[in-house]
Amino acid sequence: MTDLALSASATHRVVDAVWRMESAKLIGALTRVTGDVGLAEELAQDAMVAALERWPQTGVPDKPGAWLMATAKHRAIDLFRRAERLERKTAELGREIVEAEEPDWAMALVEALDEVVEDDVLRLVFISCHPVLSREARVALTLRLIGGLTTDEIARAFLVAEPTVAQRIVRAKRTLTAAKVPFEVPAGAEFTARLSSVLEVVYLVFNEGYAATSGEEWVRPALCQEALRLGRILAALTPGESEAHGLVALMEIQASRLRARIGETGEPVLLPDQDRSRWDRVLIGRGLTALERAGQCGTSLGPYALQAAIAACHARAHTADATDWVQIAALYEALAELLPSPVVELNRAMAVSRAYGPAAGLELVDELIDVPALRTYHLLPSARGDLLEQLGRRDEARREFERAASLTRNERERALLRARAAACERELGS
Amino acid sequence: MRFMVIVKGTEDTEKGVMPTQQELTEMGAYNEELVKAGVMLAGEGLLPSSKGARVRFEKDGSSTVVDGPFAETKELVAGFWILEVSSREEVIEWVRKAPFRDGEVEVRQVASAEDFGDAMTPELREQEDRLRATSAAQHGSE
Repeated sequence: MTDLALSASATHRVVDAVWRMESAKLIGALTRVTGDVGLAEELAQDAMVAALERWPQTGVPDKPGAWLMATAKHRAIDLFRRAERLERKTAELGREIVEAEEPDWAMALVEALDEVVEDDVLRLVFISCHPVLSREARVALTLRLIGGLTTDEIARAFLVAEPTVAQRIVRAKRTLTAAKVPFEVPAGAEFTARLSSVLEVVYLVFNEGYAATSGEEWVRPALCQEALRLGRILAALTPGESEAHGLVALMEIQASRLRARIGETGEPVLLPDQDRSRWDRVLIGRGLTALERAGQCGTSLGPYALQAAIAACHARAHTADATDWVQIAALYEALAELLPSPVVELNRAMAVSRAYGPAAGLELVDELIDVPALRTYHLLPSARGDLLEQLGRRDEARREFERAASLTRNERERALLRARAAACERELGS
Repeated sequence: MRFMVIVKGTEDTEKGVMPTQQELTEMGAYNEELVKAGVMLAGEGLLPSSKGARVRFEKDGSSTVVDGPFAETKELVAGFWILEVSSREEVIEWVRKAPFRDGEVEVRQVASAEDFGDAMTPELREQEDRLRATSAAQHGSE
């Protein structure tokens, strides 16, 4: 036991910590036994409330997780007893004779909860990210059930109102019950499809932190940490899945740059300009290890692992000039095959230009000119202008910069592009 | 937040007494739990101080090397973990789960620039969209 008679707020902090550590296991085991994730969460919550009441007097038990489990178990037994009594009464009203035999379900329940089932948390991950749920619901439920976050914490992280999140979670649980979603790890081909839905949810959380789409801050590191934790849990639960390691590798390496991505006055700093001494070497090391694991699963690298491999090329370069663009261009080519997208192609073209010169890059960029999705995408003419300028084709470069300037919605960028166009003009005149 | 969990030396660790089979099993299970919870960033056990050395610096910048072993056993470090958790309470609860039966473990927070990213100015917010797009175009996953 730790110090007796903890203050209420100190107990609260300890209970929060224990909840974060144990809740997924607790809810997982209770879902397995009750068959209802909503009920399981309620029982676990009840146990937490009991801890908040008891621990200030008794001190924190030596095994707080086991304490919570035992308490939740008693609540479950009480609940089932009440339900059974009710059933029996109903039966009596129906004038049926019911033998007052002591049910053995109570013992079965106790035993089932004492069993350690390794897959409980993984099953919980799979139902939290089940395809019957909307993407938003999957994110909320995953953070809630696996991450152990409160609805308030989730709401603050995504800058939405707390009741919205609460309702999302309530509805999600109802949907799962209504759809009779089984508490299981899917098998065979379904496993792969369902796993990718899980990875998507984790990466969504990460990106929301890494390139905050809303709010005052450019990044929200806490959300990145949360996604990293979820990803690490997932990779540990599915050690044979290359993409799970690939996603972890991608997130570790990207997160390693969080510090360097923010300038002194809070402004974003882009990769080539980052102070590489501020990159987090621990996370880079972990990212490279995870990438290695992704490569050892016996399957070819998927989109996450390939993106991680690209990120790793940057991570390995001690200066921006030392970047292995040949390797990056090759990785983009592989990525474009798996994820055919004009934006990936444009990235590939820029990598090719760094590796093999502006003419080679331009050739690829030119193939994208007629792609409908890029027709109003200002970065295409901007990239093209850049390559043309490098090739000394200044008149064409000027036209591209002007076109890019007319397409961008950002004033600062428009000014920058106009300035580049004007510079081309001057060069032409001289 | 990140913590370094420092396992202090004991007479046994200094003598290089190897852990028993049972101790190894328990420690393995504990480490696995840390990994499965996604909180363990690193962790190592250290050899006795007799294999180590100290480098002492003088005011004039000169240095002297002192070879181990060192006497003050309880001040020595026998191993460490780096854990990433969300609170001091959480790291303490993790440490309380460690399968030790004697000795002492010290918990220290790793210093970090948590306070970066103070509120962005409106201008910077305006830039955000552009930079994200530019960054995506230049560096893919970035």
